[in-house]
Amino acid sequence: MTALLETRNVSKSFGPLRALEDVSLRFDAGELVAVVGPNGAGKTTLVNLLTGLLKPTSGEVLFMGRSIAGVGPVKLADRGLARSFQLIAVFPRLTVAETIAAAVVSRQKKRWRLLSRLAADTEVERRVAEVADIFGLRRRLDTVAAALSQGEKKLLDVASAFALDPQVILLDEPTSGVSTADKHGIMTTLIAAGKAAGVKGIVLVEHDMDLVAAYSQRIIALAEGRMLADLPPDKFFADPALIAAVVGKPRGR
Amino acid sequence: MRPPGAALVALAGTAALALVPALAPAYYATLMVPFFAYAIALLGFNLLFGKAGLLSFGHAMFLGLGAYGAAVMAGVLHVHSFEAVLCATMLAAAIVAVPIGFVCVRYTGIFFGMLTLAFGMLFYSFLFKFYYVTGGDSGMRVPRMSILGLDFARYNKIEFLAGPFYYYCLALLVAAGVLMWRIVHSPFGLHLRTVGDNARKAEYLGVHVRRCRLVAFVVSAAFGAAGGAILGFRIGLADPELVYWTQSGQLVFMAVLGGFAHFLGPIIGALAYIVLQDQLQSLTPYWRFVLGAILAVVVIGFPTGLAGLADDLRRRFRRSGA
Repeated sequence: MTALLETRNVSKSFGPLRALEDVSLRFDAGELVAVVGPNGAGKTTLVNLLTGLLKPTSGEVLFMGRSIAGVGPVKLADRGLARSFQLIAVFPRLTVAETIAAAVVSRQKKRWRLLSRLAADTEVERRVAEVADIFGLRRRLDTVAAALSQGEKKLLDVASAFALDPQVILLDEPTSGVSTADKHGIMTTLIAAGKAAGVKGIVLVEHDMDLVAAYSQRIIALAEGRMLADLPPDKFFADPALIAAVVGKPRGR
Repeated sequence: MRPPGAALVALAGTAALALVPALAPAYYATLMVPFFAYAIALLGFNLLFGKAGLLSFGHAMFLGLGAYGAAVMAGVLHVHSFEAVLCATMLAAAIVAVPIGFVCVRYTGIFFGMLTLAFGMLFYSFLFKFYYVTGGDSGMRVPRMSILGLDFARYNKIEFLAGPFYYYCLALLVAAGVLMWRIVHSPFGLHLRTVGDNARKAEYLGVHVRRCRLVAFVVSAAFGAAGGAILGFRIGLADPELVYWTQSGQLVFMAVLGGFAHFLGPIIGALAYIVLQDQLQSLTPYWRFVLGAILAVVVIGFPTGLAGLADDLRRRFRRSGA
């Protein structure tokens, strides 16, 4: 079976700095895979390679069997690959409804309609309401993004990515900058939303080992640009040396 | 800004403008014709600046294309219908804007501004150097044309400009305003606003960032040419001064003065500028100094422009009333 998303012997250098070296991994349908590693392990570089933002120095990145080299984020979104950002990425002057609608417009291929009234498009409106419901943003539809709380901004970022109905979604630290109390709430919302939207695979880049332990079905560990492990959670957390390499200390201390 | 409020202001403004020829001396009615021209051009300019976040410093190029297009069409090719001239110049400007925009929208911020400025200067020097084609610094004559198939031969120039042509331009402005309102509130308009707010995120939501910018550039060029054709008709001359970079600066001035974040802001800015300039010119030879000082005060004190100021006042008034 073709993998949803796959890297083959991918290396990436920034000048003399080798951010990733010979990484081969695959993500299959129905999985939630966590990518973990200490700061500087190459996690964000990996996400940027997987979403076509960066080109690998060598090796190949395939999405549903096709290379994504030079495809660019817009076409990837059309093909069904979406992402959220580690640093909060919203449109400060747009409302929640407008932000989600931007993705819905892309999904429904209405982007070159210059003269039709968006406000009168019930098809878009219905989908925006659905997505907002899933993410608990229904009551915030008319609020501009700049006025949302940090947690809500994070949800909006992910919600707009979900509104594309992607096959695969990459979540780059979806709970960073969110209070510990809210983290589990956001994660369960995201996973339920993914199921509801028919997302086939979720790639979760995460620092927080509690979240990784609670939600992932497979863990890929990176350190200093290399693959350290690709294991199911029970095996991963049974190996103290591995955990130490990833977080710098054993879990739970 | 809530849309109904803007619609109300637009309606009241249109009604007030419709009364000008009846109530004010003909001088003021003829003064308003350039206002209509600049307002139409600014509707396009602000699609780029206010929505896509691209500040063009070369937009006078499109005013010039409109004016020189009118001169060529009416003066050289003897096309007598202003509507035909208007459509042809808008189309020509849109066609010219495709390759220029293609290059410019690869850049943003100051680089976009400088590139548009460079293209504007290129066009200006072309008009200057190709004397036999363009008339150099003396420009090209724009003969009087018919509007809606009517010649208005009984009217002298002032009567024509203060009467039929005034209402004609007012109608054009209303039509341009409605058209631009539709564009801004279309699915494309939404994508354009995401580009202005956060282009990286927009890409990941499937927004064709560069193509959106290019379409906005082309649309704004067509609106600019419409404004330029009216200016040429009004003066009776396609003047190279119309293309000089200070004209582009004047468009920026008007947009900032009126408030580029508001749909009607640039139109209000154009009106304020035209009236201010006229009044100041009659008061002092140092009118440019005063205008400059006013702009400085606006940028520092009211960065949202006159429209933003009006919004603030209305809100404050409502709060104290409640």
